[in-house]
Order: sequence, then C-alpha cells, then structure tokens
Amino acid sequence: MLEAAPLLTVEGLAKHYQLDGGHTLKAVDGVDLHIGRGETLGLVGESGCGKSTVGKTILRLVEPSRGSVQLDGVEITGLSYAALRQQRRNMQVIFQDPYASLNPKMKAGAIVAEPFINYGLFAPRERTERVADLFARVGLRPDQMDRYPHEFSGGQRQRLGIARALALEPKLVIGDEPVSALDVSVQAQVINLMVRLQEELGLSYLFIAHDLAVVRHISDRIAVMYLGRIVEMAGTEALFETPSHPYTRMLLASVPSADARRGDRRRTVLRGEPPSPLAPPPGCPFHTRCPDAMERCRIELPKPRQMAPGHMAACHLIP
Amino acid sequence: MTGAIATPTTLAFKRKRRSFRFLSRHLTIVIGATLMTILVLLSVCAPLITPYDPVALDLIHRLRPPSASHWFGTDNYGRDIFSRTLYGGRVSLFVGISAALLSALIGSVIGLLAGMFRWADAPLMRVMDGLMAIPAILLAVGMMILTRPGIPIVIIAITIPEVPRVARLVRSVVLVIREQVYVQAAVAIGTKLPRLLLHHILPNALTPIIVQVTYVCASAVLVEAYLGFLGVGIPPETPSWGNIISDGRTYVQLAIWIVLFPGAFLGTMVMAINMLGDGVRDMLDPRLARRL
Repeated sequence: MLEAAPLLTVEGLAKHYQLDGGHTLKAVDGVDLHIGRGETLGLVGESGCGKSTVGKTILRLVEPSRGSVQLDGVEITGLSYAALRQQRRNMQVIFQDPYASLNPKMKAGAIVAEPFINYGLFAPRERTERVADLFARVGLRPDQMDRYPHEFSGGQRQRLGIARALALEPKLVIGDEPVSALDVSVQAQVINLMVRLQEELGLSYLFIAHDLAVVRHISDRIAVMYLGRIVEMAGTEALFETPSHPYTRMLLASVPSADARRGDRRRTVLRGEPPSPLAPPPGCPFHTRCPDAMERCRIELPKPRQMAPGHMAACHLIP
Repeated sequence: MTGAIATPTTLAFKRKRRSFRFLSRHLTIVIGATLMTILVLLSVCAPLITPYDPVALDLIHRLRPPSASHWFGTDNYGRDIFSRTLYGGRVSLFVGISAALLSALIGSVIGLLAGMFRWADAPLMRVMDGLMAIPAILLAVGMMILTRPGIPIVIIAITIPEVPRVARLVRSVVLVIREQVYVQAAVAIGTKLPRLLLHHILPNALTPIIVQVTYVCASAVLVEAYLGFLGVGIPPETPSWGNIISDGRTYVQLAIWIVLFPGAFLGTMVMAINMLGDGVRDMLDPRLARRL
C-alpha cells in the first residue's frame, strides 16, 4: 500500500512462551505488517502457525514479548491498563467459535449492549435502540434480543459476535477465523455480511483463516504465515497469479477448484506435518517440507525480499 | 381442565406430557423438594400447628407413648415430643441454611480471588489447607468452651471448616471459566474487572456453588445435631433435634419415641436436602453429574 499513514502498523511482533525445562515456544517470531484504512489483510497458515496469536497480541489479549503495534499512530504495546481500555474502542475482534465466545448466561441484547455499558455510552433507552439497530444491521430481528445464545444457530451467533464487535464503531476489526466453525453454506453469508459492513462503515479487517479460498473473496492483500513468520505477502491477485514462496504454491495447489483446466497443472502436494514450533529447524523453517530445498536453506534464515511493489517473500530461491 | 379445552387439544396434550417428562426425569428433585417443603412448612408454622408449648413441663404425663393427645409421646419431663420436634426443626433449618449461605459467601469470595489473581492464590489456599486440617467437631467443642454457647457460635463453628471446601471448588471452577473465550471477548470490549467477575465469571460458576451449598446445608444440620448430642451445642433449654436426642438417650429402653421421631426428622431432612442438591446438579449440568 502506498498510502501515507496506514491504520495499523506492526513491526517485529513476537510472542515467546517460556515453558518448563528451559524450552521456549516461539509462537510468533518477528512479524511485520500494516493495514490501510478500509483495507482487508488476509492472514493464512496451517493450524499452529501462530496466526491467531498475531491477532491476539495486536489486541493485547495476549501480551506480546516484543515488537511494536501502532494503531492510528498510537503505540499499543506498553500502554497502561486504563489507556489500553480506551484504545480497545478502536479495535475489536470476532472470535472463531461462536458457541464459546458468547456468555451462555447473558441474553443476546445484553451481550451486544455490554460495550455501551462498559464505556458509559448512551442512556438506557437509547442503548436498547442502538442494540436494535445493530441487530438489524447484522441481519437479526430486534425481537430476538431477549433470547439466550443457545437459542441461536451458529451463523446467528456469529452475527451476534459481529454486532458486539461493531457496537463501539471500531476502526479495525480482527476476525480470528470468524467463519471456520460455520457450515459452508453459512460461511458465505457471514463473509458477505462482513464485506457489506466494511463498505458501510469504512472498517479495516485483519481476516485470519486457514483456508485461502475463504480469504480470497474478502482480502485486498494476503499474508501467508509459517511457523511464526510471514513467508509471503502480496496483493490478492498477485498472490494467486504469481505465488513466489514454495509454501504459498503448495497451499494454492491444495485449494479445490471448480475450473477443470487447472486439473492439468502439476500439483505440488503439501506433504507432512509442520515441524514443532518447540524445536524449529535451523535455517529456513520450511526446508523440511520444501520440494526445492537447497543446502543454504538448512543453514541460513531467508530475509524478506521485495519481488514487486507490495509483494514480498522470504525464500532463498528468489533472486 | 377448562383451559385445556379452550386451547387446541394437541397443545394441551404436549404440555401435559412435558410436565410428566420433567417429573419422571427429575424424580430425585421432585421427591427432595416435596419432602423439604413439608419439613420447612412444619417448622415455620410450628407455633400454629403444635398443641403444646415445647418447653412446658407436665410431670404427671411423663414418658407417655404416642397417643391421640401426644402424637409423638412425651419425654421424662412430660414435654410434648411432637411440639419439640417441630420447634427443633426451626433451629436445625436456621443453623443449616445460615451455615450454608455463610460458607458459600465467604468461600466464593476467597475462591474467586484465588482463581482470578495469581498473587492471591498461594497464600489464600495455604490458609484454606490449614483450616481443612482442623477437625470440625474439635473446633466446635473448643469454641463452645471458650465462648458463651449459642446459636451464632454454633453457626460459626460449623461454617469455618466448610469454607475451605467451597473455596477450593470455586477456585477450580474459576480457573476454567477465566480461560473461556467469552471472558476474553468481554475483556476485548472493555469490561472492567468488577463487572467481569459479577456478570461473566460468577454466573457461570453458580451451578457447582449451588450444589455445594446444599451439601454444606445437609452436613451443617447433622453437625448441629452431633454438637447438641455431645452437649456442646445450642444450650439445652432450646429444643433442637440434637438436644432432644441427647436428652432422650438415657431413656431409650423405656421410651424410644423420644429419640425416634426427632431422629427420623433429622434423617429425612438430610436426605431431602441431598436429593435436592443432586437433582439440581443433574438438571442444570448433566456433564457435571457424571464427573462427580
């Protein structure tokens, strides 16, 4: 993005967990990214690659070990609790599991109204009106406000989660695999809702998913993560047309396609499991599964290289 | 049934079947609740029901077996056992419920603090371990000797050893709930700590607390009776089930009814409270039922 001041700038973000026995688990290890206003960055990777941790450390639901997170020019890391609480109005999150992310003992209306209560916004009567507006906005009926979460379907619950996230009119919404737990038929509805809300409210999204096909429709740019690092980041078109990192190519090959012509293309199937982040391999973390690994890949960690404006990849194969 | 005629018959049938299903599925809760209601009503309404003053002496009619005038017989002072048993139920209920609520309140606060704050966990739980090591009866006897015995002291003596049990339970439940996604979600929308505790953590910890409270209540009723029997409980002039049984134990061979009726009431009440607790547990959380 050539825009002068991105909404979110993340530099050198890391989350290391000190485990028993002196082991260190590097869930996130030096992530740089930025998101412009009204833009959607898709963040994809296999489970366990640290993509959710990136989202949670940006929100400081998990404390980052080091690195910098700037939202609209304000440094989020190192903020006091009270100052962080004020900043949380600007960044919100939609969780993966709509069954776990709603308090089962609270009514739907109360769940969506809670952000207003927390920041002392609006008089009680106006709160109800606002909640009704939000319900309508995400495609729920205002008369469903008195129901408990268990009376809703998965898709409806995720709509509740979206309404709650939007209540404070945030600038940035982090979707932590917001559709992975939903039925395929419902996934498209929720994604379309998120796209529509982005257009209406000018939101920026960090859309985390393990499925490239899901991310493709919503993202302006896509970042691919592997073992705590971003290995490739590019505009959605560029990433799908000219994937540079062998891991990205493998991920793309595993996306089922309705286009019969693509079936002819030689497939590089993703083999094996990702190595344990407890004992990451030396050099390039992907060399254990890479079909084109060279001697150098086993020794030296590749630095991110600029392929084209806005297209970066971390691989020794790239000249 | 007129209401049922007015509504479509299928609906009425469904409603009937649903209430029947509730009865059959939660039989323990129904039996427990019924017994409890009867016992509570008898105790609360004791002054209206009982034909005699529970402490009035009638030396002419001492050690009389159950009859039409004295339903449960009389004791060695001619006091009416029926009246004494009902009045004793008031004491037992009061002690049991007070001890249960008090230990639930204190134990929940301690468990909540220990579960939520790492710095509070170790000190609080070591104190709880220390309290658990004190034998309940010994503590009660010691307290009775050192203070003027009375109902408040009995309640405190029963509450102290129960607090650690509630605290440990609440702590373990809170440790699970605080990691739930909805708690994280509440933090993300700016929920402050007091509201987080009251609206998110506590309501979801309530089921096991309620169940534990019923067990504490049942055990408190029993301990009160032990203490009365040992002569270190509520002063003997107050009719409590423990005191009545204690008074009657020397006459067991002559007049078994003195200990029989309060004993039966005691057993019934403890059983009813436990059934109620089990039933509530099974109804609110079927998974917990299998775990415990």
